[in-house]
Amino acid sequence: MSTVPVGLVVLVALSAVIGLGALTAVIVVGLLLLTSVPLITTVVAEVERARLRLVLPLAHSTTPGGGPTATPRERLRAWRTLPMSWSELGYAVLLATVLWVVDALVLILAIAVPGVLLLAPLLVRVDTMDVAGWQIDTASEAWPAFGIGLVAAATVAYLITALACGQAALARLLLDPLEARLVDAVNQLRRSRAGLVDAFEAERRRIERDLHDGAQQRLVALTMTLGQAELELDRGPGLDLVTKAHGLAEEALAELRATVRGIHPQVLTDHGLAAAIHELAGRSPVPVDTDLHLDGRLPTPVETAAYFVVSEALTNTARHSGATTAQVHAWVTGQMLTVTVIDDGRGGAEPADGSGLTGLTARLEAIDGTLEVTSPPGGPTTVRMTCPTT
Amino acid sequence: MPDDLTTPAATGRAALRIVLAEDSALLREGLAGILEKAGHQLLAAVADADALLAYTARHVPDVVVTDIRMPPTHTDEGLRAAVAIRARHPGIAIVLLSAYIAEAYVADLLDSTAATSQAGIGYLLKDRVGHVREFLDSLDRVAQGGTVVDPDVVRHLLARRRNDGPLTALTEREHEVLALMAEGYTNPTIAARLFVSEAAVRKHVGNIFAKLDLDPDSDRRVTAVLTYLRGNR
Repeated sequence: MSTVPVGLVVLVALSAVIGLGALTAVIVVGLLLLTSVPLITTVVAEVERARLRLVLPLAHSTTPGGGPTATPRERLRAWRTLPMSWSELGYAVLLATVLWVVDALVLILAIAVPGVLLLAPLLVRVDTMDVAGWQIDTASEAWPAFGIGLVAAATVAYLITALACGQAALARLLLDPLEARLVDAVNQLRRSRAGLVDAFEAERRRIERDLHDGAQQRLVALTMTLGQAELELDRGPGLDLVTKAHGLAEEALAELRATVRGIHPQVLTDHGLAAAIHELAGRSPVPVDTDLHLDGRLPTPVETAAYFVVSEALTNTARHSGATTAQVHAWVTGQMLTVTVIDDGRGGAEPADGSGLTGLTARLEAIDGTLEVTSPPGGPTTVRMTCPTT
Repeated sequence: MPDDLTTPAATGRAALRIVLAEDSALLREGLAGILEKAGHQLLAAVADADALLAYTARHVPDVVVTDIRMPPTHTDEGLRAAVAIRARHPGIAIVLLSAYIAEAYVADLLDSTAATSQAGIGYLLKDRVGHVREFLDSLDRVAQGGTVVDPDVVRHLLARRRNDGPLTALTEREHEVLALMAEGYTNPTIAARLFVSEAAVRKHVGNIFAKLDLDPDSDRRVTAVLTYLRGNR
């Protein structure tokens, strides 16, 4: 019911500005005053949104205020630069003329009627009462009135709530349109999705670092120790066992290196996408030709996504396609990176078959990229990704 | 006794004055133990690139053995320190060690270090240190001005160029010789490893250089071969 004071203030402010403005329009000053009407309505809209948030916590602010930490001065400056909103102006006028009057009437009735009825047992001692044509002049008549007053008080509480909700819905309709809320929700989703990808990547780096500083170093130390032991031992079963252990430790190291590379390839961090793709090509059991036109570095999420697409595509080529050669092409045109991996295998690959490419599609979408797999039976299989580089 | 086999006295190699940089205390101690046991003089064992640079600003060792990935950024500090040391003391041989190996680092290494100096350079996976005798042999070759490249890198370089014209013209044996050349071995060692005569190796090398159109008189044949394999000859 704080609509009443707000509405009154708005009425006074608007009337004063418009009245004064109209009166002084002839001497130019008035025109300046009139230009402040949109500012007032914007401020009103913002105040109303704040009130709206008390009723509907999801309501959002559509005006850029410089963030929650902005000073009032900054907010005012941000508001002043906004284009005038007709729905905000309309709401301000409605608030100043209708809403607060309705509220005031309802408020008076809501206090007066149940109040008088509830106080009937006391008031009747002083004087005869007349409530809506009902003469109350004895205590026996006053007590039923008190009962009715109780019921009226409860009913009025519900009515006031309903009115507040109605006004909130109206305010929301005018000040917080559905489209704006959807845009807001979508933006928030995009931000959180990108945040998830970043967090995922940071986690991978952390795991890589832990493995590098932990298990990997210890295994290297183990191979060094076993190597020294081999020099200390004379020929015999003991030396054979140590040599075997050394070989196993080296295999463990090689496997760990491959795992670490799959989690987060250091060469990608240090040297970028082209070097990392060369590295993948060099490790592929299927011969790979590369044709890369990548000058300079790309944003980390783009490089990482592209790297894993090539890695996954080459793995699939080696495992399932029966291909004898593969080609990786990568180039940047304008602000768009395109990477293709083509093999001469038997085709028929279904990206939906639990392939790692499905996960990569989601990862690419998070950075506005796309991934297409064309693999007709008989081949060839083409994996093509595009991604903006900004 | 077997341990005599690695000492300079037993192998006829010179004791080297070495500075070691490795951030993992475990590996630093392991490496220091191996180097000292082999009779080399460990001048200092430091934990990061700054300490390495500070030390080499005051002392000139024969060989610097350094990890590539060290604090503070854990990327390629060791490599950058090597380049800086090369610029200041072109005579210091450098062995770079890494927990993983990538062709891209070879490019950095050769472009920024080999071109500016006649001193040796080595790039090895840390696992190789466990093959103590071979590691010490690599160290000696680098100390004598040789270039030593991890077999893993050479294998990937060869894999990358396997569809190219000239490489397909090589015989199986010439491939093997080329790989060992790229790792930095000399003709006698290649002959011993492949169980053939030195004359046969010389013949293979001649054929390889002819087929790849490389200059057979190059006094830096490892660099020439690696540059060819990297594809930007």
